[in-house]
Amino acid sequence: MTAPLSAGRRWHRPGGATTPGVGDRARWATLGFLPFLAYVGVFLLLPTVVVVVGAFSNEGRFTLANIRALRESYVLEAFWRSVVLSATTAVIGAVLGAMLAYVIATSRPDGLLRRVFTAACGVLAQFGGVTLAFAFIATLGFEGFLTVVLRDHLGIEISPGWLFELKGLTVVYTYFQIPLMVIVFLPALDGVRAQWREATVSLGGSTWQYWRHVGGPLLAPAFTGCVLLLFANAFSAYATAAALVSQGAPIVPLQIRSALTSEVVLGQENVGKALALGMIVVVAVVMVAYNRLQRRTARWLS
Amino acid sequence: MAVLTRAQRRRASVFRWAVLLVLGAFFLLPLYAMAEFSTRGGKGRTLEPWRAMFHDPDLTAAVSVSLQLAVLTVAVMLVLLLPTMVWVRLRLPRLHGVLESLCLLPLTIPAIVLVVGLSPVYRQVTRVFGDSPRTLTFVYVVLVLPYAYRALDAGLASIDLRVLSEAARGLGAGWPAVLLRVVLPNMWSAVVSASFLAVALVLGEFTIASLLSFSNLQVTINLLGKADAFLSVAVSLAALLFAFVLLLGLSFVGAGRHRRSRARPVEES
Repeated sequence: MTAPLSAGRRWHRPGGATTPGVGDRARWATLGFLPFLAYVGVFLLLPTVVVVVGAFSNEGRFTLANIRALRESYVLEAFWRSVVLSATTAVIGAVLGAMLAYVIATSRPDGLLRRVFTAACGVLAQFGGVTLAFAFIATLGFEGFLTVVLRDHLGIEISPGWLFELKGLTVVYTYFQIPLMVIVFLPALDGVRAQWREATVSLGGSTWQYWRHVGGPLLAPAFTGCVLLLFANAFSAYATAAALVSQGAPIVPLQIRSALTSEVVLGQENVGKALALGMIVVVAVVMVAYNRLQRRTARWLS
Repeated sequence: MAVLTRAQRRRASVFRWAVLLVLGAFFLLPLYAMAEFSTRGGKGRTLEPWRAMFHDPDLTAAVSVSLQLAVLTVAVMLVLLLPTMVWVRLRLPRLHGVLESLCLLPLTIPAIVLVVGLSPVYRQVTRVFGDSPRTLTFVYVVLVLPYAYRALDAGLASIDLRVLSEAARGLGAGWPAVLLRVVLPNMWSAVVSASFLAVALVLGEFTIASLLSFSNLQVTINLLGKADAFLSVAVSLAALLFAFVLLLGLSFVGAGRHRRSRARPVEES
């Protein structure tokens, strides 16, 4: 602990008691941090350590077998499908979400439009999960509203089985990625100053030139950062997929489900932990990149 | 914006309406479909699933569990996080970075990953606290940390914590009084928004409850889906609407703070 060192820095009150006992006070103050640290230690850090240690061990002994199991083709394919699903929905969600965010950002800040849309976006982006799966079953499932309307009135037969596969997941994921984009991109758009647009226009710039040379480059880091955040969001999502896909495990979170719930093959008990570690690595890399971009954004738009 | 030409403004307005209509339709279609689907009768419409919702014993039990979890999570989150954040700001500024990264860490560790490592922890938890689904509170507090931290941090940044607490201490207040009677009333809207976000998150949580074999609202909705699709769709829509009302209410509670923090003009507003 660096308590005595930093104590000197923070406790030089004019005329107050200084050196003696100051280190003690700082050390006592540190005690106030302990309850929080203990709680987070037990319910966040410990489970993470369990995953990491478990990924490298079997029956208490160090092994690389679990990690090697990640090279199995069905695991690699699941990771690949997860990445494709997350990347596709992140890009589509980001583009559409950014447009919606722009419309909201340029409406009245206290207007009803903004309130209703931000509340709705909060619900759809974060509450979702199982309920969104049922929303799409009611829309595009075997007896879903759209399926029935298309069949009975337009004579178009869509095979509803696709909803329960990767294609269906792409549509449902996009449904919660767009609102998340609105939530995370709105602050960046709020940071855009009207004067920048005015300056461009008074110098004779067109709308296209404004976006090409001023707005676009300024918002680019924020936009890319949000794409990464959406990627991590889709990559970590479990509930929607779990509710929609009951057979097979096309993506990594569902493979973890099978590893946790099905009968485990002897010597494979910890493959689920290796899968989980793989997810941590992917999400951590993405989030580090996100934080970098976020800091860059903060320089201009804060 | 005064400097834009009329043609530019018209194009902007067409763009706005196009985006709102197309995306609005995309968002409303599944919600409308849920309403349509859940009111289908043999002939015409029925509200039967919407009535049954209140009489299904599993469902009412699940709603009660989820509401209790929401309240417990908010309580534990506030008791754990708020004093720590105040303390770190006042006495341990060098730990500010540590606190922030710990609070934001759950964003990097997906729930599906956390649940993998939680089983040995929960073996001990159930030994001490029994096999109640209310024990999910412990891990739900961790899940809401990032959102609660951000909301509370914004609230603490908007008040002069040092001056307020020193004034209160100088007048003889102890730390509990400083927290309850000085800090809390001054950042009420931040506390409310942190709490509402936590409530929405807890009511929507499925991953951890399902894989630790506890029954909460979402787990029950998912199970119902296998038995009675109409009822589960009705409950899903009801849950979404409830969360929407909750967050819309929040936007009004947070409004005062929102206006003050927005010193700069917003583009084209």
